[in-house]
Amino acid sequence: MLDKKIYDSFDDNAWCPGCGNFGIMTSLKGALADLELKPEDVILVSGIGQAAKIPHYVNSNVFNGLHGRALPPAFGAKVANKDMEVIVTSGDGDMYGEGGNHLIHNIRRNIEITCLVHNNQIYGLTKGQGSPTTEFCQVTSLQPDGVRVSPFNPISFAVSQKIGFVGRSFSGDPDHLKEMIKQAINYKGFALLDILQPCVSFNKVNTAKWYKDRVYKLDKDYDPTDIESAFKKSLEFGDDGIPIGVIYKNPSRNSFLENHDDFESLVKRKWNPMDAEKFLNDFK
Amino acid sequence: MRYNILIGGAAGQGIETISFILEKILLRDGYEIFSNKDYMSRVRGGHNFTQIRFSKNTLLSHTNKIDVIVALNEETIDLHKENLVSDGLIIADESIKCSDSRFKPYPLKKIAEEVNNKRAENIVALGVLIKSFDIDKSPLDNILKETFEKFYDSNMEAFTKGYEFGTVREKVEAAEKNDNILINGNDALALGAIAGGISFYAGYPMAPSTGIISYLVDKKHETGMFFEQAEDEIAAINMSLGASYAGARAMTGSSGGGLSLMTESLGLVGMMETPLVVVDVQRPGPATGLPTRTEQSDLSYLLTASHGEIPRMVLSLKNPEDAFYQTVRALNLADKYQLLVIILSDQFLADSKVTTVPFDFSNIKIERHIASEKDITDNIYKRYELTENGISKRLIPGSVKGQIVITDSDEHTEYGHITESSQVRISMMNKRMNKLKLLDYELIEPEYYGDESIDHLLIGWGSTEGIIRDAVDILKKEGINVGALNFGDLYPLPTKNLEKYTKDIKSIVNVEQNYTGQLAKLIRQETGIHCNKSILKYDGRQITAEEIVAQFKGDVINA
Repeated sequence: MLDKKIYDSFDDNAWCPGCGNFGIMTSLKGALADLELKPEDVILVSGIGQAAKIPHYVNSNVFNGLHGRALPPAFGAKVANKDMEVIVTSGDGDMYGEGGNHLIHNIRRNIEITCLVHNNQIYGLTKGQGSPTTEFCQVTSLQPDGVRVSPFNPISFAVSQKIGFVGRSFSGDPDHLKEMIKQAINYKGFALLDILQPCVSFNKVNTAKWYKDRVYKLDKDYDPTDIESAFKKSLEFGDDGIPIGVIYKNPSRNSFLENHDDFESLVKRKWNPMDAEKFLNDFK
Repeated sequence: MRYNILIGGAAGQGIETISFILEKILLRDGYEIFSNKDYMSRVRGGHNFTQIRFSKNTLLSHTNKIDVIVALNEETIDLHKENLVSDGLIIADESIKCSDSRFKPYPLKKIAEEVNNKRAENIVALGVLIKSFDIDKSPLDNILKETFEKFYDSNMEAFTKGYEFGTVREKVEAAEKNDNILINGNDALALGAIAGGISFYAGYPMAPSTGIISYLVDKKHETGMFFEQAEDEIAAINMSLGASYAGARAMTGSSGGGLSLMTESLGLVGMMETPLVVVDVQRPGPATGLPTRTEQSDLSYLLTASHGEIPRMVLSLKNPEDAFYQTVRALNLADKYQLLVIILSDQFLADSKVTTVPFDFSNIKIERHIASEKDITDNIYKRYELTENGISKRLIPGSVKGQIVITDSDEHTEYGHITESSQVRISMMNKRMNKLKLLDYELIEPEYYGDESIDHLLIGWGSTEGIIRDAVDILKKEGINVGALNFGDLYPLPTKNLEKYTKDIKSIVNVEQNYTGQLAKLIRQETGIHCNKSILKYDGRQITAEEIVAQFKGDVINA
């Protein structure tokens, strides 16, 4: 186990006091330390949003790109250098809204990326507008009459696509969250972890207490490889409880790199322009 | 002498196959070839054609004046007979109704049936065609073997019977055999990218750029490079950028619509100072436009595409040979200055095949400019360290123990962390934008063609170079004193030759495949030099030398 302190960054933190992101960051550093992943061997990739700032606050390689576009560069980086541990840190707006198309296709690819979505069911950085996961009828700064579209269910969606790995955790339970992040990183393929998190500034409905009163850990005998029970679990969200844990783990799916074992890490590729000269014969 | 053959029919009738075989015969006989394709955005039906021009001497352009039409349907004759020379020949099946005296009906279908290969109708026509020019048919045997494998016998028989049926129209002088290659713009660009060492390319299929990714994929096992079909062009450019950040030499490309989707990310490339080459094989826009046709109308857009300001280089390709070498150069410049290099091609160039001296691979250098442990002077690596010329050392993540690489789309400090400091903002803007000044030393001046003292100057860019030169030759023969400047590098704009050749001149005429005269606007913006006439074409078809000559005489000389 490495010392968690090696992941401390000297960068100034811009989150609100009490933000759920602090807990997520602590659990992430703990997971990296437990897994003995050195800062130079990890690339944290993010888009834009409060969650997307986390790479700056963790001492590791950083690709902080455009809103909604965290997954494509993460994919490119992983293919370029298979030895790197590539972790995407994103929010509900970044991943389920602006970047939704990339989520669909990276679930299909099952590329070896850990995708952490800090889901606070609201837009934070842009100040309180409804997000793809805001509850129906919730009043927000931009939906004064209440959100009139249904929330996106990322877990059901992921299960329906037979995703490699999908789980849910809660920023208020750092030990559970750390273990879930470790499992997600250790999964060989695309691992989506939806992390419930309060937004202390803009979401007055889904508060820390609201989540705490509702989340419950999955039973020890819950079988995450059974897709039908996983789908049932994925529909539970609200006053009757919110399950946290590994909701579904595909028992038979190969990872992207297993399906593409015909090339070596691109950074290790040896190439001389003369190697291409033989291709001229096709044009003779 | 130069000859021009048009092979036309509906999509799916086999124009590709017969053109391919004819081109190979001519190439191996030693002729110079310039062939271009005109096709519709559909899989079956419609009207498509290929024009194959050949000569013993160098060919720089296509022409619409036709010597022989091979018509696979009646429509081909109706559409093209007006361009057929008076003593021209139309080769078609006897079932086609046509009263034109130049039409020679042949039992193409009947012979194909006789050899038990209905698809060989085209090959019968090819036999007739080769006979009509009486050129050396000896390369055919190998070509048919390479092309058909299983159906070699029936195709050979079909060709031989067609050849026996044909009559000699004009004996073409034999050419000297050489080891030239025949290659189109897309393949040459892709081959340049491979030679230049790209290991990652993400893209999304879009005519007319798809040929590039098809070629790369065809070679991926032999080269060890990686291709990914992205879910959209936004993903394509961001995947490529991520791969570049992580250390791969990466590239992406599309046609105009795809480039529009990539716009925000073009700015990201500039902001992150991560090398990336992006290709735009232009087609007529806006929106879906004319998907399979040609235009040079993305220049103005790509000079500034993205919000905010970034340094970028924009260059255009003149012909397949240029496509090969310029792609290698673009990759090296992107790495050297850690910036975005945009390559402009177009459908005409992408699909035109030109005979070319074999590319010289031995002179190609891959220059990555990547830092290693010894380059880190302080204890902590700074990705955006402020240096004298603005170029910071570029470290690959994971390559040095204990060092991390931080890259950001927000304005950032030397370390790469987010900042809103006005001082840092100014330093970083100056650092990035200074690359434009550094690029000044790399620019290739537009090549001048013509006599030293001229009355009129034609100015063009990219794929019209050969056409404009042919137009200059025609005009000079008619006693008009004209020269031409053809731009490859467009931004930053090289200005030395412009200033030199526009002094004391009667007229400056920009020749462009767009409506607004985009190069003329750029020249005016950068130099104050005003093109006083324009020859502009925006019907999706490449301009010919004859069209330039006619317009020049009408609008400039007789105006």
